[in-house]
Amino acid sequence: MSQADGVLRRRPLWSLGLLRSEIGMTFRRWRTLALLAVLAGVPVLVGIAVKIETGDGGSAGGGGGEGGPAFLSQITNNGLFLVFTSLAMTLPFFLPMSIGVIAGDSIAGEATAGTLRYLLVAPAGRTRLLLVKYATTMTFCLVGTLVVALSALLTGAVLFPLGDVTLLSGTSVSFGEGLLRALAIACVVALSLIGVAAVGLFISTLTTSGIAAMATTVGLLITVQILDTIPQLDAIQPYLFPHYWLSFADLLRDPVYWDQLQKNLGLQALYAVVFGSAAWARFTTRDITA
Amino acid sequence: MPQPAAAGPAREHRPAGDRVIETRGLTKAYRGGQLAVDGLDLAVPRGSVFGFLGPNGSGKTTTIRMLMGLIEPTAGSARVLGQPMPGAGRRVLPKVGALIEGPALYGFLSGRDNLWRFDAADPTADPRTRAERVGRAVERVGLAAAAGKKARAYSLGMKQRLGLAAALLQPRELLVLDEPTNGLDPQGMREIRALVRELAADGTTVFLSSHLLDEIEQVCTHAAVMARGRLITQGTVADLSATVLGSRGLGRLTVTTPDTADAVRVLKEQGVTDLEVTEDRVTGELPSEPSPQGHQNPATSPDSPLSSDSPLSPDSLELADLNAALVHAGVRVRAFGTERASLEDVFVHLTGEGFDVAG
Ligand SMILES: Nc1ncnc2c1ncn2[C@@H]1O[C@H](COP(=O)(O)OP(=O)(O)OP(=O)(O)O)[C@@H](O)[C@H]1O
Ligand SMILES: [Mg+2]
Repeated sequence: MSQADGVLRRRPLWSLGLLRSEIGMTFRRWRTLALLAVLAGVPVLVGIAVKIETGDGGSAGGGGGEGGPAFLSQITNNGLFLVFTSLAMTLPFFLPMSIGVIAGDSIAGEATAGTLRYLLVAPAGRTRLLLVKYATTMTFCLVGTLVVALSALLTGAVLFPLGDVTLLSGTSVSFGEGLLRALAIACVVALSLIGVAAVGLFISTLTTSGIAAMATTVGLLITVQILDTIPQLDAIQPYLFPHYWLSFADLLRDPVYWDQLQKNLGLQALYAVVFGSAAWARFTTRDITA
Repeated sequence: MPQPAAAGPAREHRPAGDRVIETRGLTKAYRGGQLAVDGLDLAVPRGSVFGFLGPNGSGKTTTIRMLMGLIEPTAGSARVLGQPMPGAGRRVLPKVGALIEGPALYGFLSGRDNLWRFDAADPTADPRTRAERVGRAVERVGLAAAAGKKARAYSLGMKQRLGLAAALLQPRELLVLDEPTNGLDPQGMREIRALVRELAADGTTVFLSSHLLDEIEQVCTHAAVMARGRLITQGTVADLSATVLGSRGLGRLTVTTPDTADAVRVLKEQGVTDLEVTEDRVTGELPSEPSPQGHQNPATSPDSPLSSDSPLSPDSLELADLNAALVHAGVRVRAFGTERASLEDVFVHLTGEGFDVAG
């Protein structure tokens, strides 16, 4: 009705308000805080383990996480390496698992609670709601990664000396530059999670059970990680989203090796486009009966 | 703004602007294939309090979901506030408050934060007035004292009230309430009825589905009855009762008396048919043709066939004569009157007596 149109004009920055509401809600949930606590705990455990091991007089190294031997042996000399080690250890499973939980629950969790129908009649708009959910998941990727990095930095600073950083290529850079590279690595790690976030969001639009969506996403993550290690499957491995994840270590070379980094980000973008579109196609046409 | 009437084809009854909800052949088959709603033609006049009745599984919620754009109709079309749904949802829905299939809340948020959340999802809601509007809505449903409590700890009735508060966050042109008094205590029901009347007095159209027939009878001006996905009838509540009563007009005559045999004889003489005796009660059909004697009052009230209490009704003169005849014949009358058909009678008459839900 024309007289009401003037009063009920939509607000240009309303989407940001919805995003803020969504992010605020996500980070107020106990589940989110528990995930972040686990992520923060990993570097502390690794740091303490390394400290105890080297306290006996032996040098650390030898074993360690898949990505980490090169970093692990350096931790006792420079606490900053705990950041690289921790990111290398959480990226294969802890980080993507927590993303899977958040992304998987994003739409399906609202459907389970029935709040989805009220958001849609508000009307939040299906496309916009999906974008807000994806943006919130990406925010969680960034926050989760930074939590790991900061926790590692603090633990490293407390337990080990800090100083100039010897890069993987043997050259040495100042602590300040090392810190910048650590930040860059954290950003690349966060961006590496774009793909799994998009897959989780898509799965979330398929079901009305939040638990099922989370479990499926995490199960898929594990399956893909296993596929990525089977030599006979090397033909498809370059298309698996975790395939180039550990390429972030190339940022610790001088000069930086960009090749694998670019492949990683390109692959993540591809996943975001493909699964983002699939999620959109599904969610905008789906009957909301829950 | 284009006039809504110009957008659609000409209506045979009234301009589309008069209809807040209008559906044409609206049909929905869920994935199973069975028709949940079958060729529904619904017309909800602006300003009405419209009761949407039907047994369990008759398609009320399905209809509401289609009207709110949550599910796509299999066939047919729906217009809400003069605009097609689900297409115009972004323009229509901010002016519609809805409670669909019960409340749904975020258990880990307080009642007040739940309302903040739903308000943030409304593109037309002004964040600067949010605190005030949330406060007013919470007060309106009588939840002010419990608004800070986590919604997880709410009782069913409290959740229902909070769901209503969410529908009342903004001034609305239309409220769609799917079983709004479900789980409420008697005070709560009364408050909701008062609220509905108050909103209707402000010009809000209220579309209300319910099983509680006396509730509908008390607040609704119009009603529609569904059964097995089909619309059985719709119209004003008064018309609906009248249609079902049909020739019975006022309904059945009931006389309570210890002298039932005499009463039956006298009433039969007076033209009352279909007489039945149960204990000390005699019931019967009043003659459809008013008996010639004592019927010269032309002041017929045309609007309401239900006003059997009205002393001006010609039939009540006749009733008085009947009573006089009984007394004259020495029948001791304890109580005398007509039982008007309740909406429940109408409902059962239209949807059948069976208790089992249609498959
Ligand atoms: N999500 C669904 N999938 C498949 N069938 C459904 C779904 N929801 C409802 N139905 C079917 O559609 C029909 C109508 O259901 P609906 O929920 O609209 O009934 P209702 O009139 O709201 O009933 P009630 O009074 O119990 O709330 C029923 O036969 C039901 O089994
Ligand atoms: Mg229902």
